[in-house]
Amino acid sequence: MSHSQYPDTHHDVSSNTIFGFWVYLMTDCMMFATFFAAYAVLRTGTNGGPGPRELFDLRFALGETLVLLASSFTCGIAMLFARKQAKTPLLSWLALTLILGVLFLAMEGAEFNRLIEAGHTWQSSAFLSAYFTLVGTHGIHIAMGLIVMILFAVQLLRWGFTETVLRRLTCLRMYWHFLYLIWIFTFAIVYLLGVR
Amino acid sequence: MNRVEYGNLKSYVTGFIASIALTLAAYFLVVERFLTGWALDGAVAVLAIAQAVVQLILFLNLTREPKPRWNLIVFFFMVLVVVLIVFGSIWIMNNLNYNLMAP
Repeated sequence: MSHSQYPDTHHDVSSNTIFGFWVYLMTDCMMFATFFAAYAVLRTGTNGGPGPRELFDLRFALGETLVLLASSFTCGIAMLFARKQAKTPLLSWLALTLILGVLFLAMEGAEFNRLIEAGHTWQSSAFLSAYFTLVGTHGIHIAMGLIVMILFAVQLLRWGFTETVLRRLTCLRMYWHFLYLIWIFTFAIVYLLGVR
Repeated sequence: MNRVEYGNLKSYVTGFIASIALTLAAYFLVVERFLTGWALDGAVAVLAIAQAVVQLILFLNLTREPKPRWNLIVFFFMVLVVVLIVFGSIWIMNNLNYNLMAP
């Protein structure tokens, strides 16, 4: 884009960062694709143990899905208040996003705990290795997102609506929507098609 | 050009409702056993991809990007790589199973 005599480098830094972050998300997608491929190939390798149909609770997985979807939605609503520079509503919606994110992570932890308590660890079979790797990696992404969310909320409180804070919040919003996007396929492939 | 995007309320509410509807549709399709076999697999896949498109357009604003659409180009490259990885792996491993182990 042509600017007047002097290029607007200030905005270019933000748009470059946001584009770079988008490229990161796309490569992260490719990494998840390898885990999905591994799961698709290994899901019949149960080593004589129980398979997806015996192990997974569809209603619980639906609950996880709806909690994460709600969290993705409230994160977007929070960012709508960035344009108006309204700090209190933004932080309130972000706090709701955080609570829903923690709830999702707790549900995932409870499910992992239920499986491991019953003796179905990621060492039990190729199917469970692939399952724990795929869902666990997604869970680690969520945990990182929650930590960063707290960090950025503190930065917003201390620094206000600076260019840097807005850019970081925009990246966080993309990251959070992206993690729900990955979960759509986890829910469909691992849970729905596993149990059918 | 300021690329800091915020989205808008209407697209968020529409996307939220559509995503809930598509999730519940896929869930009840499986639980109530309206379809079986390949038809069920296909229907769940189509519903998941439809929900992904809803998310990309209404939550991630992929189509509202000004030209040149670099985000969209990188996205299509990602889709190509993902399709190669997933379908390539399934194809090759099924062939190996068929040729070597024959269960």
